[in-house]
Amino acid sequence: MVTGPANNGAKGSFDLKEVSVTYGSETAVAGVSMHIPPCAVTALIGPSGCGKSTLLRCLNRMNDELGNATVGGTILLDGVDIYGKELDPVELRTKVGQVFQKPNPFPMSIYDNVAYGPRTQGIRRRAELDEVVERSLKRSALWGEVKKDLKKHAFELSGGQQQRLCIARALATQPEVVLMDEPASSLDPISTQQIEDTIAELKEHVTIVIVTHNMQQAARISDQTAFMLRESMEAPAELIEVGETRVMFTNPRDKRTEAYITGRFG
Amino acid sequence: MNRRIRQARIAQTVAVAVTGTAAALVVAAALFLLVYITVRGLPAISWEFLTDVPRQQMKAGGIFPVIMGTLALTLATAALSLPVGVAAGIYLSEYAPRSRFTRVIRLSISNMAGVPSIVYGLFGLALFVILMGIGKSILAGALTLACLTLPVIITATEEALRQIPTDLRQASLALGATRWRTIYKVVLPAAAPGIVTGSILGLSRAAGETAPILFTAAVYYKRQLPDSVFADVMALPYHIFILATQVTGRPDDIIWGTAFVLVGGVTAISVAAAAWRSAQRRKVRW
Repeated sequence: MVTGPANNGAKGSFDLKEVSVTYGSETAVAGVSMHIPPCAVTALIGPSGCGKSTLLRCLNRMNDELGNATVGGTILLDGVDIYGKELDPVELRTKVGQVFQKPNPFPMSIYDNVAYGPRTQGIRRRAELDEVVERSLKRSALWGEVKKDLKKHAFELSGGQQQRLCIARALATQPEVVLMDEPASSLDPISTQQIEDTIAELKEHVTIVIVTHNMQQAARISDQTAFMLRESMEAPAELIEVGETRVMFTNPRDKRTEAYITGRFG
Repeated sequence: MNRRIRQARIAQTVAVAVTGTAAALVVAAALFLLVYITVRGLPAISWEFLTDVPRQQMKAGGIFPVIMGTLALTLATAALSLPVGVAAGIYLSEYAPRSRFTRVIRLSISNMAGVPSIVYGLFGLALFVILMGIGKSILAGALTLACLTLPVIITATEEALRQIPTDLRQASLALGATRWRTIYKVVLPAAAPGIVTGSILGLSRAAGETAPILFTAAVYYKRQLPDSVFADVMALPYHIFILATQVTGRPDDIIWGTAFVLVGGVTAISVAAAAWRSAQRRKVRW
C-alpha cells in the first residue's frame, strides 16, 4: 500500500471497484479496481487512447457532461459513493478539482479567475476572497510574478503562467483532490519543471491524480503508478498493473508493463 | 512556353479578372448607393428639418415625429425580440438535446426567416391588430417586426455561443458551477460581442422595413409624438414611400433627406457596434 507523507486521517482517497465506462454501445474502459491514497501523487500512464482521461473524468463526474457516457461499478471518495444520491455532482466538483491539458483561463482578470470557484460557493466578502486568491496563487507558485497586477487580463500571461493560474483556480475551492489531465503537455521544459515542483509541494495537503504520456514525468513525480492498456481496437481499456512507482519502474510484475516502460511500444 | 502552361496562365488571369470584377461591383454598388443618397439628401438636412414637424401637406417643414416614430418602433422591437431571441439561442446552443423537438425548432426558425415581410404585415394585422385587439400601434408594429427579427437574433446568438471553446465551459463546470452559472458568468460575456453585432444587424433591418408596419403601426400624418405604446406613429421608411407616391409637387430633396436620415442612422449604429466588437476582440482572444 502506498501512502503519502501526511496520511493520518487525511481526506481525499478514492476506492474504485470494477469501474467501467460505456459510450452508447461501445465499452471504453472496463473492470478497473484500485485504491488512490490521500495526499500522494497517482499517475495514470499508457499509450494514447487507452482510457486514462476517460477514467480520470469519472472521478469528478465530468463524463456526465459529455452526453452519452455511462459509468458502471462503484467509486468511493472517502467511503462515499460519488455516483450515489447523497452527493450532487456540483458539490463533488468542489472537492475534486481539475486542471486541463491546455491552459484554459477564463477571459477575465487573474483575480477573478482565482475567485471564480469561491464566488460560486457564495463567498462575497472582499477580505476573504483576497485571502483565498493570495493563498491559492502562492501554492501554485505564481504569486511572486503576478502580485503587483492581479487586475491584469489572464490572457496576457505566458502559457506556463496560465497553467499555474489554472492550478490556483482549482485550489481556490479548497479541494481534497486535484485531477490533472496531461497538465504540462503543451508547455516548454522550464514551465513543465515549475508545474512538477508545484505538484510536489501540493501533495502535502491534497491528493493528485495525474494523466501523463511522459513516463519520465510519471517516474519523477508520482508515488503510485497505474498502467492502462487497450489490447486491441475492439477491446475496452483495462488496468494492467498498479503499484508503488519506484517498484513498478524497476521491477514491473506484468510483461506488458515492462514492454511499455522500456519503450518497446506506445 | 509550352501550350498547356500558356492556357493555364490565361485561365488564371481570366479567373482573377472575373472574381475581382464581381467583388468590385459589390463595392461599387454600396458606394454608389451611399454617395448618391448623401449627395441628394445632405442639402435637405438642417436643424429645422430634424426637429420640426412636416408642414404644408408635407411639402415643407421637418421630419421630427417621423424619426421619433421609427426610434420608438425599433426600441420596442429590440425590447421584445432580444430577450426571447437570446434566450432561445442559449437553449439551442447550450441545453437542447439532438431530438425531433430541436429539429422542429430549427425548421420553424428558418421558415420564419423565409417569410416575405408583406406577409408579416398581413399576419400582424390579423393577429395583433384585430384578433388581440391591440389596434394600429407601436406595440402591434413592434410585435410584427419582432417576428421578422427573431430568426436573425436567435441564429446570431447560437453562432456566437458555439464559437466559445468547450474547454472554458468544462473549466467552469469542474469548479462546481452549474450549467446556468457557467452560461451567464463565462459563456455569455465571452459571446456578447457576437450576439450584439448580430442583433444590431437584425434590428437595423427592422428599422428600415415598410411592409410589416404598413397595416400595424404606421400612419400617413401625425404631428404629435406618441404618448404610449398603443399610439400609432409616423415612420421613416413609410414616410419615404408616402412622399414618393402620394404627395405631388413636393421638393425631391425632402425624400432624399429622409432616406439619408434612415440610412445614416442605421449605418452609424452598425459602425459603432463593429467598433465596439473589435475593441472587445482585442481583449478576448483564444
